[in-house]
Amino acid sequence: MPPDPQPRTGPDVEAVAEQVFTALADPSRRTLLAALASGGPATATDLAAVLPITRQAIAKHLALLAEAGLVTAEPGERRRVRYRLRSAPMRVAQQFLAALARDWDSRLDSLQDHLDRSAGRARRDPTRRQPEDSMADHGGGYDG
Amino acid sequence: MGFPDRIERTVELAHPPGRVWTVLTTAEGLAAWFGDEAAIDLRPGGAARMRWTGEGFTAEMRVERVEEPRVFGFTWPIYGLPAGDPRRTYVEFTLEPAGAGTRLTVVESGFAQLPEDAYRTAYDGNTGGWAKELAELAGYLDAA
Repeated sequence: MPPDPQPRTGPDVEAVAEQVFTALADPSRRTLLAALASGGPATATDLAAVLPITRQAIAKHLALLAEAGLVTAEPGERRRVRYRLRSAPMRVAQQFLAALARDWDSRLDSLQDHLDRSAGRARRDPTRRQPEDSMADHGGGYDG
Repeated sequence: MGFPDRIERTVELAHPPGRVWTVLTTAEGLAAWFGDEAAIDLRPGGAARMRWTGEGFTAEMRVERVEEPRVFGFTWPIYGLPAGDPRRTYVEFTLEPAGAGTRLTVVESGFAQLPEDAYRTAYDGNTGGWAKELAELAGYLDAA
């Protein structure tokens, strides 16, 4: 039996994807997410030391990202809040992108081309029509 | 609903279902139009593998439906999700005779599915996944 994946597309899935794309639309937030992804959890002060963004702007963006569930705030040293990337919303957004990237149109074009090519050598030349006689058919194998 | 769960295409092919079936379900056929390399164990539950050498990407597939020469179905991973993510989409090819040719329909569904775990559990469970794995690695190295 083929599986029947139950699409549980509550408002959650789409809302989560939208939050990710909204977050990624801003260059400062992209920079912050990239820094957390590559360097691990960090405080606003840590990030301000290595990024060309003011500490105030970083704090504002991190608060927004935390509200959207893209980062979590956790207690850090010296009572500073440390932010950690949450990967799960990114994966939901990836599912959306995956649907766009499947590209069945190109694949089916390739399938059609392959069937036409392997049907006979005459079809290799798109300017010539396939002759109806059997001379055009040099064998039905794959040409690779 | 902007989040696509299902992709569907129909093409008319000027080749009989038997030939289309062969191209869809043999390693030679799949490697000629779909991937760059392919292997397939053509029976329900059988494993199949497709490799795209240019992208360095391999998809592990599982054959689900084999009803020659009408229905061929398989599941495969959602591109972009981490290896081992249980979510897969289901792809089903349906071949119908149309004159001397074939009407081929491909449906891929399951893009919007969520993990089996409860939504919130899955999300929170992913927090700090790397930290946990690194801790496990450290523990393993210490024990060795």
